[in-house]
Amino acid sequence: MQEKLEAIRREIEAGIGHANSRKELFELKMKYLGKTGEITALLKGMRDIPAEERPAMGKLVNDVRSWAEELFAAREEELKAKELSEKYASEKIDVTMPARFVGAGSVHPVTLVRRELIDIFAGMGFDVFEGPEIEKDYYNFQALNIPADHPARDMQDTFFITGEYLLRSQTSSGQIRVMENKKPPIKVLSPGRVYRSDSDATHSPMFHQMEGLVVDKGITLNDLKGLLDEFARRMFNSETKTRLRPSYFPFTEPSVEVDLSCSNCGGKGCRICKGTGWIEVLGAGMVNRRVLENCGVDPDVYTGFAFGMGLERIAMIKYGINDIRLMFEGDVRFLKQFKD
Amino acid sequence: MKAPLSWLKDYVDIDVSAQELKDKLFSCGFEVEELVYVGQEIDRCVVGKITSIEKHPDADKLKICKLDCGSWGSDIQIVTGADNVRAGDVVPVALENSSLHGGIKIKKGKLRGVESYGMLCSGEELGITDDWYEGAEVNGILQLDKTTPLGTDIKEVVGLDDYIFDIAVTSNRPDCQSIYGIAREVAAVLRKPLRPVDLSYKEDNFSTTERVNVTVEAPDLCPRYIAHYVRDLKIEKSPQWMRRRLALSGIRGINNVVDITNFVLLELGQPMHAFDLARVALNRINVRRAEDGEKITTLDEKEFTLSPENLVIADGSKPVALAGVMGGLNSGITEETGEVLFESAKFERANIRHTSRGLGQKSDSSARFEKGVDAYTTGIAISRALHLIEQLQCGKIARDRWDICAAKVEPTVVKTSVSQINALLGIEVPKAEIKDILTRLNFNVAAKGDLLTVTAPAYREDIEGYPDIAEEVIREYGYDHIEGTFLKNAQATQGGLSAAQKAEERAKRALRMQNYSEIITYSFISPKDYELLRIGDEAKKAIKIKNPIGEDMSIMRTTLAPSMLDTLVRNIRRGNKAARLYELANVFIAKSLPLAELPEERKTIGLGAYGEGEDFFSFKGAFEALALDLGVRFDYAPTIEIPFLHPGKSAKVLLGGEEVGYLGELAPDIAEGLAIEVPVFLGELNYAALAEKLNTAIHYAPLPKFPEVERDLALVANEEMTCAEVERVIAESCKFVTSVRLFDVYRGAQVGEGKKSMAFSLTFTPHEKAIAPEDADGYVKRILKALHEKLGLELR
Repeated sequence: MQEKLEAIRREIEAGIGHANSRKELFELKMKYLGKTGEITALLKGMRDIPAEERPAMGKLVNDVRSWAEELFAAREEELKAKELSEKYASEKIDVTMPARFVGAGSVHPVTLVRRELIDIFAGMGFDVFEGPEIEKDYYNFQALNIPADHPARDMQDTFFITGEYLLRSQTSSGQIRVMENKKPPIKVLSPGRVYRSDSDATHSPMFHQMEGLVVDKGITLNDLKGLLDEFARRMFNSETKTRLRPSYFPFTEPSVEVDLSCSNCGGKGCRICKGTGWIEVLGAGMVNRRVLENCGVDPDVYTGFAFGMGLERIAMIKYGINDIRLMFEGDVRFLKQFKD
Repeated sequence: MKAPLSWLKDYVDIDVSAQELKDKLFSCGFEVEELVYVGQEIDRCVVGKITSIEKHPDADKLKICKLDCGSWGSDIQIVTGADNVRAGDVVPVALENSSLHGGIKIKKGKLRGVESYGMLCSGEELGITDDWYEGAEVNGILQLDKTTPLGTDIKEVVGLDDYIFDIAVTSNRPDCQSIYGIAREVAAVLRKPLRPVDLSYKEDNFSTTERVNVTVEAPDLCPRYIAHYVRDLKIEKSPQWMRRRLALSGIRGINNVVDITNFVLLELGQPMHAFDLARVALNRINVRRAEDGEKITTLDEKEFTLSPENLVIADGSKPVALAGVMGGLNSGITEETGEVLFESAKFERANIRHTSRGLGQKSDSSARFEKGVDAYTTGIAISRALHLIEQLQCGKIARDRWDICAAKVEPTVVKTSVSQINALLGIEVPKAEIKDILTRLNFNVAAKGDLLTVTAPAYREDIEGYPDIAEEVIREYGYDHIEGTFLKNAQATQGGLSAAQKAEERAKRALRMQNYSEIITYSFISPKDYELLRIGDEAKKAIKIKNPIGEDMSIMRTTLAPSMLDTLVRNIRRGNKAARLYELANVFIAKSLPLAELPEERKTIGLGAYGEGEDFFSFKGAFEALALDLGVRFDYAPTIEIPFLHPGKSAKVLLGGEEVGYLGELAPDIAEGLAIEVPVFLGELNYAALAEKLNTAIHYAPLPKFPEVERDLALVANEEMTCAEVERVIAESCKFVTSVRLFDVYRGAQVGEGKKSMAFSLTFTPHEKAIAPEDADGYVKRILKALHEKLGLELR
């Protein structure tokens, strides 16, 4: 019995090193420890052993079984690690190869600027109104205090459809439509396409404007300045300053041009601001009393301000685009640079 | 408006530099678009006297001069080829390293072996004419006055030492379209007194009203008409000082009478006219509307046929001037003119603008009248012209005049208050400051406590109410005083996008996630774009622009397809390998033509794609992505009705049975015509119709308690059978089917000629209780029966 145990022990010691896979190891293990395995058989054979020898012999067999189980377990671990590392090696990929994905489209820079403006002003309580692009002369001009044959009409070369209908030359037309339908307090943005008969590197016959209008009691020029200061800081950077200077629009009085300190050079003067440190960005002013009257708003009770800016112009300044025509060519190499 | 510094100095003592003045004007609302130093081209050119002159030893035509140029050198040797110089002459000398008109640089050099340290100059080389300096146009060296101090910079001598301010005058300030108008602003901003214009003249003892009869039949178009008679005229050249002034403004001297009218136009902004009274029939001047079909030939020999919309000045028999635009050829000033009637009038600006545009005839006068002339200035301008007649001693002036005035010449009075002005501005401008500013601007201010009664100067026809007064105050006080506040008094309002506006952003985002990039293209396109797409009839329904930039931008698009195709083609031609593009924009649908009401502006999504791997179904994916994101379901029906698409690869897009768009591959013959070799896909969606039905509200549906069951069916169908039909019948015949997905189509001998096998994967979702395998078998049986009965399909 002892000899037999010793022989098994030697066999196992010799054999285990040759088991080179978990399958081989399992088969070897079964040979000794399986239901019909040799060690199992020895244990089963205990009943044939005289009772007085049984405890000692039992211990011997159990010791060998424990020893064998540990040995197989250790070898199992070894083989598992080996197999895993082989699997890893065989499945290794070049992770720097290109990904598969549908890609991401882009948003037009004008839309980006428009969203950013709406975001800035929505937080101040502005909502958004989009008026028609084909407008009546009344909304585009007359109600804005620009009667027929007024010299201010020369400020914009307008496209006409008929004597009465035209392509709006300014989103200011939205002011009138808003005030006709809503009583103060009014805070509204009116973005959209506008059209002027003008075409070169800085002018496009179609471009986008964003009009802003506030009408309420006690609105002042100071409020206009404060609002535009905030706009300038958030649209460009926290250092951006505004400068108001006198100007003229028939629908505002007083009227101002608003310059922003050049975000490219910080106001020191560069190519973009033509050395002045300032960039003309928008027109604004206190809403003309006549315009309020035209819309049925009592100018002795309410005052307001309006401002208007070109979205392409802001996009060109913000993103450093040098030719407005790029905006309308739709070249994917241009478009793909604008992510929201 | 071009204003020479020297002319402004006639009226204001300007003690700041030109650059400082430019900045000051900018701050008060007058942007100087260009500040030009008139003599900017001329450098190191001085006055010199020829002390000796001798022949060049080796060249017959050259002379060697010695020049005394004062402090620049008393013995400068210059070789010249000019004939008109003698010892003792005083001439312009371009010293070595000088520059002249046209960018010419003068260096020292040798002429036939003799050193020359500069050049003697002609008027032309200085860029001047006789109007600047008498004799400047002679062919040779400019002979200067012998008393001119030697060494003086030539620019000072010939009038080039001056600045021109080219000022952008806003259209509310026509009173500043003149030298004197600008001078008023300069005086105010520099806090200097303004010298008055000299309006004095001596009358002779004869009468305008006896010599000529003037009537104004159209006072609505001519609110003020002044006529003054001048006789015993001597028509001659105007004096140098006057011609130089005109030359600075780019106007050539003609003769004294014409020059005076031009001078007054520049100085006071009042267009003047002078009629040769000898050529005016029946001594009669009548300001009236033209008769229909009446003709006039203007001074520039162009003939116009007029209508009652045009205003004319007529004599006893015919029009002698197109009022405010140009005089008639039949009454102009000639060398022989001996007596004139000077006209100073205010014509209504809208009418002049209308006539000028309508007839296509322009002049400095019409341009000026279009901006607006005030009746006050009309009055002083006539006196100014007469003063100049007297100063030039070229005529005798009648003792009286015609002054027919329907216009209000009284100044506007505005009653306001310090607090009202400050309330609008939002700052506290001190009362004394307000008074001072307004006074400087020639307003009369009567203050009583807080109340202000402000009388505007007569030439300020733009002043209407207190906001105008507030504007005058702040533009002088300075906008830098405005301190930003944040809507201090305004009520809080709810801002942000409406649900509909948010949905558009959502649609854009859905497309961006499918790798689509947004484009923006012009709303106007060409009728040819329609022809290219074989939808030429559609163009007839489009709204046309009356005054387009060109035919290619002449009609308002009714479809986004042409612009999309154009953009795709541009990308292909530029070598871009792939593009997926969309545009969300309005198309314009007229309810009737010509337009009698606002058209429908229909928000539309245009889509386009090309590139490797792009096919009908990948393109269709964009539509499905949109549908998924907007909570709608599209159906697709084959169509052969889109003329520019491949008839076998195009579909209508349906939403609840309503057609809302199309998609497909560009017809191969159109592609070939455009030299495109890759398949191009185009589609459009009526976003407005879509927006009415979109459903983006979120309602949570509980997860199924029991597992879903899947079954695959392979069906044999005729070639014409569409996937959509099979899907519909399957969905209709079993309420537990929640998904039907075609995963394979097979054609071959096994299924037979003209047939195909379509393999579908069906998902059954249990409702109240689990679906047992035999239940699913029953559903499948029912479905197969329906497919057989309705579509004739068999299980493969």
